[in-house]
Amino acid sequence: MMRAMAPADQIPPFERFYLAHREEVLRYLRRLLGPRADDAWQETFLRALRAYDRLEHGRHLRAWVFTIATNVAMDELRPRTQSSLEQTAEPAAELRRDSFKELEHLTDELPPTERAAVVLRYGYDLAYAQIADALGSSEEAARAAASSGVRRLRRTHEHHA
Amino acid sequence: MSITPELDAKFRAAAIREGIVDVRYDIIDSPVGKLLVAATERGLARIHYDPEGQEDELARVFGRRVLRSPIDEVRRELDEYFDGRRREFDLPLDLRVAAFNAEVLDELARIPYGLTTTYGALAAKVGRPRAARAVGTVMNRNPIPIVLPCHRVVGANGSLTGYAGGLDRKLQLLQLEGAILA
Repeated sequence: MMRAMAPADQIPPFERFYLAHREEVLRYLRRLLGPRADDAWQETFLRALRAYDRLEHGRHLRAWVFTIATNVAMDELRPRTQSSLEQTAEPAAELRRDSFKELEHLTDELPPTERAAVVLRYGYDLAYAQIADALGSSEEAARAAASSGVRRLRRTHEHHA
Repeated sequence: MSITPELDAKFRAAAIREGIVDVRYDIIDSPVGKLLVAATERGLARIHYDPEGQEDELARVFGRRVLRSPIDEVRRELDEYFDGRRREFDLPLDLRVAAFNAEVLDELARIPYGLTTTYGALAAKVGRPRAARAVGTVMNRNPIPIVLPCHRVVGANGSLTGYAGGLDRKLQLLQLEGAILA
């Protein structure tokens, strides 16, 4: 006999998942991408929908969609002048600063991985293990990125004060 | 700032265009109340008189990639029907029901607009003349009422008998079709 799935394991119909997360994902992407967020938001939910029938359980769906959003944002933040092969190979941490010109929020000055780590940790309260998944890094690296981001923010604010 | 209706609609349209949705549904107004209509790529799949909270059932039958999205062709044909301008539906259907149910529903679909038949007569049509009660059960579980006209099936004594959407609606549909006097 099949074991009944606990409610937390059940994968909701996509519509319910979408309604539950669409607003916070858009807010997250706006923090990362500013006015470019709308296209990234649509791409995030299209990627989620493409993969949705292959999900094996419904745990961590929130972290999962933030992972997808982070990947889409990182793709978007990569410099566009290089060939697509180089783009794929380039680590997110080496992003050029001029790709952030149009950004306008508090975390704008941070490199993208630090920005994503800070926003996911303090804006969306994700655990470091989940942020690590989103960033494709170890938990230690996620923790380091967040604390380095916070230190950098603090320095910036002291500087301005 | 939050999701604008335009942004939301653009995403839903892109998902449908890409063909990555198992079943889409919409809730439409009609003279018999709000209706949930659902369709797959194969065709019209469900109509419900109780539109709220059907997502789980849709996911169970058709797949969990359930998305709300306008289904213009279904809405148009239903509007025409309720305006009295359409007597037959041209929509392809995606039933996904048991074989006996499919056979009965196929026979049901042949009952002409404005006429009625009985559960027993419909049972006879599928070669099971004593299965009137089973036919009644199939009517009660009709996945696409209105389009598959179970409202045209009445008791042997001419009484309306029953209807999953309520007898008021059955009466309303039969009056619309001129099957009984308003």
